[in-house]
Amino acid sequence: MSSRFPNSIATLALVAGLSACSREARHQARSEVGTAAIASSPDTVFPGNAAPPALDQRAAAFEGNAPAIAQGQQLFTSMNCAGCHSHGGGGMGPALMDGKWRYGGRIDQIASSISEGRPNGMPAWRSKLTQDQIWQLSAYVRSLAGLEPVDAVSARTDSMSNTPPQTQFAPKPPKPADSASQ
Amino acid sequence: MKPPGKQKGDGKGKVPRQRSPRDGPQLTGGELDRRLAAAWALPPGFIGWLSSVDHKDIGRRYIITALAFLALAGALAMIMRLQLARPGNDLVSAQRYDEIFTMHGTTMMFLFGVPVMQGMQIYLTPLMIGTRAMAFPRLTAFSYWMYLGGGALLWVAFVLNIAPDVGWFAYPPLSGPQYGVGKRVDIWAQMITFTEVAGLAVAVTLTATVLKQRAPGMTLARMPLFVWSTLVTSLMVIFALPSVALASSLLLSDRLVGTHFYNPAERGDALLWQHLFWFFGHPEVYIIFLPATGFVSEIVATFSRRSVFAYPIVVLSLAGTGILAFGLWVHHMFATGLPRVGYSFFTGASMAVSVPTGLQLYCWIATIWVGRVRMQVPMLYVVAFVITFVIGGLSGVMIAAVPLDLQLHDTYFIVAHFHYVLIGGAVFPLLGAITYWFPKVTGRMMSDTLGKLSFWMIFLGFQLAFFPMHIAGLMGMPRRVYTYPGGMGLEIPNLLSSVGGGVVALAILLFLLNLIVSLRSGAAAGPNPWGAPTLEWATPSPPPRYNFAHLPVVASLTPLWDSPDRLLVAQGLRVDERELLLTSVIDAVPDIREPSAEPSPWPFIAAAATSVAFIASIFSPWGLLFGTIPAAIALIAWFWPKTPPRVEEPVIT
Amino acid sequence: MKPKAAILAAALVALGACNTFQNALGGEGADGAHFVSLFWVFVAVCAVMYAAIVGSFLLGLWRARRPRAPLTVDEGKHQEEPAIAGRLLAAWAILIAVGLTILTVASFFTDRSNAKSGEHPQLLVNVTGNQWWWDVQYSSGDVSKSFRTANELHLPVGVPVEVKLQSNDVIHSFWVPNLAGKQDLIPGRVTDIQLLARKTGLFRGQCAEFCGVQHAHMALDVTVESLENFRKWVTLQQRAAFAPQSPVELAGYRFFTARNCSACHAITGSPASATIGPDLTHFASRQSIAAGTLPMSAANVQAWIADPQRQKPGSNMPKVGLTPDELRALTAFMERLK
Repeated sequence: MSSRFPNSIATLALVAGLSACSREARHQARSEVGTAAIASSPDTVFPGNAAPPALDQRAAAFEGNAPAIAQGQQLFTSMNCAGCHSHGGGGMGPALMDGKWRYGGRIDQIASSISEGRPNGMPAWRSKLTQDQIWQLSAYVRSLAGLEPVDAVSARTDSMSNTPPQTQFAPKPPKPADSASQ
Repeated sequence: MKPPGKQKGDGKGKVPRQRSPRDGPQLTGGELDRRLAAAWALPPGFIGWLSSVDHKDIGRRYIITALAFLALAGALAMIMRLQLARPGNDLVSAQRYDEIFTMHGTTMMFLFGVPVMQGMQIYLTPLMIGTRAMAFPRLTAFSYWMYLGGGALLWVAFVLNIAPDVGWFAYPPLSGPQYGVGKRVDIWAQMITFTEVAGLAVAVTLTATVLKQRAPGMTLARMPLFVWSTLVTSLMVIFALPSVALASSLLLSDRLVGTHFYNPAERGDALLWQHLFWFFGHPEVYIIFLPATGFVSEIVATFSRRSVFAYPIVVLSLAGTGILAFGLWVHHMFATGLPRVGYSFFTGASMAVSVPTGLQLYCWIATIWVGRVRMQVPMLYVVAFVITFVIGGLSGVMIAAVPLDLQLHDTYFIVAHFHYVLIGGAVFPLLGAITYWFPKVTGRMMSDTLGKLSFWMIFLGFQLAFFPMHIAGLMGMPRRVYTYPGGMGLEIPNLLSSVGGGVVALAILLFLLNLIVSLRSGAAAGPNPWGAPTLEWATPSPPPRYNFAHLPVVASLTPLWDSPDRLLVAQGLRVDERELLLTSVIDAVPDIREPSAEPSPWPFIAAAATSVAFIASIFSPWGLLFGTIPAAIALIAWFWPKTPPRVEEPVIT
Repeated sequence: MKPKAAILAAALVALGACNTFQNALGGEGADGAHFVSLFWVFVAVCAVMYAAIVGSFLLGLWRARRPRAPLTVDEGKHQEEPAIAGRLLAAWAILIAVGLTILTVASFFTDRSNAKSGEHPQLLVNVTGNQWWWDVQYSSGDVSKSFRTANELHLPVGVPVEVKLQSNDVIHSFWVPNLAGKQDLIPGRVTDIQLLARKTGLFRGQCAEFCGVQHAHMALDVTVESLENFRKWVTLQQRAAFAPQSPVELAGYRFFTARNCSACHAITGSPASATIGPDLTHFASRQSIAAGTLPMSAANVQAWIADPQRQKPGSNMPKVGLTPDELRALTAFMERLK
């Protein structure tokens, strides 16, 4: 049968599938992910034009991984992140979907912000959430700015929402907050 | 083609003996066969193979593909039975088990149940009504490639570990954007779209074929019962599938662009899906079951050596089932908390649907009582059908009652019920039908010894596998659980089911082996090995590409019994071109001659282009828009008008 | 076929009897008892119909083996039909209609009496479905008397109870087969089910609508007890958690309230007050852990906390990665929460 079904379908499904294998996998007991604290607050601006440190190796397991982002989405609701950040649009806390990142928009930088907390009200979640959960949340926060592959994010939650569907959101390349026209 | 004035015939069932003076010389014998074979031949090579619009090729492809899916989904069933053989088993993970039962249900319903029945209908209907081709042969070819595309999509996804994991019913919000993570559900929903397109295309083609292409004289009242079941199921498909098409489109749109059709927080409704899905889902069961009753009617008639008793009652039962099937869907939703008075109506309707089936059963039994029965393998499957299906039908009466359903709903009792109905009611007749028509398709008989062995194994193994599930359900085992705790008394019924499942699997393998062995070395069959009364047995086995050298003329329900030596034939169809005779809808009076489409690769290309559009639209809404362009090009090429060659002296039969 | 059917029916009764705590044939509730009697009525009527159909079918097959039959194609009379068969057909149609009418009427009246048995409820319980556990709230007019628990339901025998059902995420279905039939929990809707338990005992309920990867581990322990015992249980549930006593329990308490546990769980009387996961105030007094995943025991509590993903893969409770000391302390503290 293999030689008979439409080749285009096979090829397309194969291409979709190869990228899908890691996208859809549920990493359940991710014991290989260490529990050491994340290096504190690397910024997008590095002193003396130093090369930015390499991306944390753990990022690969969470970025573009649909179950991880979905879990992050649930945590975003249950930990009441929306209480300050709204559904990404910002309120008492900064917006998360405008592409401006005060403390860096890389997943490890976001994880660091969540884990360690930031001045002016962002609490440290290190003792309340596991490292996995923090990374899941970080992946979801990135998806709010359109930085995660569109095939791995969900279009909406089953709650009321005032933001456009995440699958229809143009990516905002990360830039430091102070470099913008503020 | 030809001006209308050149139509032949005097408009009565009897066809004129003398040929019209303006037609070409009449042909008979070898020369006729040679010329017809040339006109209906397939282009050479692989392209020719892809281009075939012959209903026998397409029907055979449907059946073989569906049987392959049966084997795959059956293998998944065996994995499930191994997992459930003992409590707390960890053969497969929870996630994988969810994928497996989703794949099993989806494959069995959408890629085996409906397509295999439609495949049988595509193969048999033109032969049974005495015509040369389907009404829209290229559409039939297109439908097969769409079906194959949908099946390939689902199973490639399974191999790549992105198979759907939300059940074959895919209730939102579990299948919605928040909880149906990744692309798994989109693949499921788009697979539904593929099979919808295929199923609707076949249904339209079959309806037109049955209504307009019957042999002269085959009035509606002389149509074989299998053809009646084809007509009823095709009409049911036309009414049922748009509902699931709508449902799955809304789901895809919720998932892809964030609409709120199923989101209660934004005034959507999670139950909307269930209404739309079951408005399709319940008739779907009858779409699988009614063709099987057609098989049973044909087999009972042939092996009892007489017509089925009370033909009009059987026809009315088919039509009645087809209509009532659309009024039952809420009995899948008794636990959702809809108003109780409404439930009573659906209880009544669900019980009422057993009346037509009960009448059909009576008619078959009465036929056997007055006839003389030969116990050959197809008839054995009818015996298995009655003994098994009636249990499923009666347990269906039980769960039509709201107080009973509220306990039994979504338990293994239901699993037992619908396997009794679908395997007992549809698969057993199907296996009998395959045995019955195998000699027509291949020219060889299936092995009797292997046939009887696999029959007894599947019949007894089935009871062992599925009867204990009634008990497991009553003891509180819900469906769709990947494991269950020990100490609840579920160990014995589950172990029995697993053992029985193994026997069924072996029996199916034996049946498939029998198919292959008999294809190579079965006894030669001849045109009518069973002494059957219907038209498909009037042509050689296997039938030539043009089906009949001369179109038969029919004067009764059982033409081959009433005129055993020679049939009246119609004359006046062209030989050097593909031409069909269209007849009137009710009385099958010859109406016009109609050219039939030549083989073409474009249906395949159109199906491939549509597949690309469908699959691309899983990933981006633009896929649907830009995907229509290649599909439109393929359709234009498909329908490009062809100037007929000018034939000075048309040759007719 | 008859002996086989009889044996199977006997086996069904025998097997049905050996499982007492999750069994639709238990009939310990008012609706459950209605189910049992209606079920046997249906079984009896269906058995008669089955015997009639299959019996006449097999008899016909046996009879039709005769070498010659008058109304076959061999005699040229394959279209003819004996008149008696037509009259029998009419009789058969009437028989089916009468049988179905009896069953429909029986079903209708059972449904009515089911609706009646839950009238005038004297106790209201709110049950909320979550992936994959049950949140249970006993409401009272006096807020200080209301309390929350999880994955367990205590019911006083002979008292009509109304259970209000809601879902926080996907569709679940509330099903305690010994007591009554199912009722779905649908997001965006409030549904309800009336329970009237007639016998005391421990019963098991289970989610009956596929709700995701751990649907199999979403059970509910239902204790039906005397009114006196029920009141005792309510009094216990209304009080705050027992304070930790030993140093190791105290260490567990500190960990619980300062670290990950309190992000999701609540313990009345402690700073932990999150409502994302099950309320754990009287955790150790329950029958099972994690919605029926494991029976309650110190070893199982430890195993569960150490690695929930191993016991219930895909559940929302993460593996925290505790040191052996933390694990021991936490287990000791959890055991204290009687």
